[in-house]
Amino acid sequence: MSGRRIGALLLRHLFVWRRNWQSLTELFYWPLVDVLVFGFLSTYLTQRAPVPFIVGLLLGALILWDVFFRVQMGITVSFLTEMWSRNLLNLFTSPLSLSEFLVALMLFGLVKIAVSASLMVAVAWALYRFNLFTLGFALVPLVVAVVLFAWAVGTLVMGILLRYGLAAETLAWSLAFLFQPFGAVFFPMSVYASWLQRVLWALPLPHVFEGMRAVLRSGQLPTHHVVWAFGLDLLYLALAFTFFGLMFQSALRQGSLLKAHD
Amino acid sequence: METVIEVANLTKRFNGQVAVDGISMRVRRGEFLGFLGPNGAGKTTTIGMLLGIVAPTAGTVRILGRPMPRERQAILMRVNFSSPYVTMPHALSAWENLLVFAHLYLVPQPRARIQALAERFGVAHLLHRPVRALSSGEAARVNLVKAFLNDPEVLFLDEPTASLDPEAADTVRAHLRTLQRERGLTIFYTSHNMSEVERLSTRIVFLHRGRIIADGPPAEVLRATRHATLEEFFLALARSGAPAGGEDAGRRTAS
Repeated sequence: MSGRRIGALLLRHLFVWRRNWQSLTELFYWPLVDVLVFGFLSTYLTQRAPVPFIVGLLLGALILWDVFFRVQMGITVSFLTEMWSRNLLNLFTSPLSLSEFLVALMLFGLVKIAVSASLMVAVAWALYRFNLFTLGFALVPLVVAVVLFAWAVGTLVMGILLRYGLAAETLAWSLAFLFQPFGAVFFPMSVYASWLQRVLWALPLPHVFEGMRAVLRSGQLPTHHVVWAFGLDLLYLALAFTFFGLMFQSALRQGSLLKAHD
Repeated sequence: METVIEVANLTKRFNGQVAVDGISMRVRRGEFLGFLGPNGAGKTTTIGMLLGIVAPTAGTVRILGRPMPRERQAILMRVNFSSPYVTMPHALSAWENLLVFAHLYLVPQPRARIQALAERFGVAHLLHRPVRALSSGEAARVNLVKAFLNDPEVLFLDEPTASLDPEAADTVRAHLRTLQRERGLTIFYTSHNMSEVERLSTRIVFLHRGRIIADGPPAEVLRATRHATLEEFFLALARSGAPAGGEDAGRRTAS
């Protein structure tokens, strides 16, 4: 694996970013809107019926959710950019390997979220006095667990796009949202029926968000949530990479990369 | 002379339909090979298999002595590809695109290399324009700069002069001839411009319905097919649906 080739692809997407003012809305506008809406909502809830840690519960969940959503979208949009600009054929007739390609897109997702999340954290602190860093070191495993799952979902979406082309673009924009109602993001797992809880514990997100709420309540991050989240992340990453590899092989058999420029 | 492309019984079927039908050939270092045939003959699919972006149904490909696609990355470091139909991303400038590709090919001193090639192909003054602002001829020449970035030993060109005006096409042909002679470069190219093919190629391979029906130096192929020009041969083939002079006319195995 060549760091220079990975860097080349990062450079390519930074060039796109620089030349496209719409990327500013993705980076700054939507995260800012999100944090304002949830900040005002939590302020209102605190005034009406004080719930302990409500600001932290909502804004902490929002920021972690945004990390998941924007890392996943970062990968997906970068891949879509290659499809829209019909650049996949150029890339795959160069010595770029599939693993270098995936690593570059994953890292670019991280670059994007580093910018957006910094803004959100700063605004949450400035306007609502919520300091995400009160989560302390517990924040690190929670963020890493969310990023790993975002990479897995992003890779899955890329595989689907590779197989079905731009016909699957809608799915690319909407799949991540499926995890919002079923990830126990803004409310505890106890909200779900017990049979559904058993199913949903198979996702890393409920472990992350339950873990976050436990930290806000008690200052302690339950180890079992971290272990489960990382174990499941690794499983889903392995499955996503396998799926993407199979879809790439299928694209080679069907000549999809060649047809992509017709 | 060293064999740089070796294809054996290469076959590709899409959903049961044969696109390439068991072709075999060897291309030697320094050959300027015109790969011809009507639309749908299987040229693009064959190039796709040679570049490792289409998986063959059967048969083998070796480029520079290495099996494709097993050693794809090592092969593609020494090979390049250009087509006016595969443009670089439009939003980026020519310079930005070329810089990205220079890094992908691990080109030493990429900026100097880009500048030198851009001057050679007469596009140095266009480097900082977005690709979308280039005419099709200018974009084709920028594509050729990309194709020479890694100083390839084998170059696959898909209709390299298709979108160029006669003067620009002539300049590009002259550059290709010079670069090919200077470096012993092997050029494998497709074109629908038959007079260009006759002038440039040291050898032509004619594909029809996925099979090689003629293979040899242009003059030899014309003699065997009893046509005065490749244009005539091409038209006869396209209109009749069957090769004039019979199947496998002029076929020889380059070895």
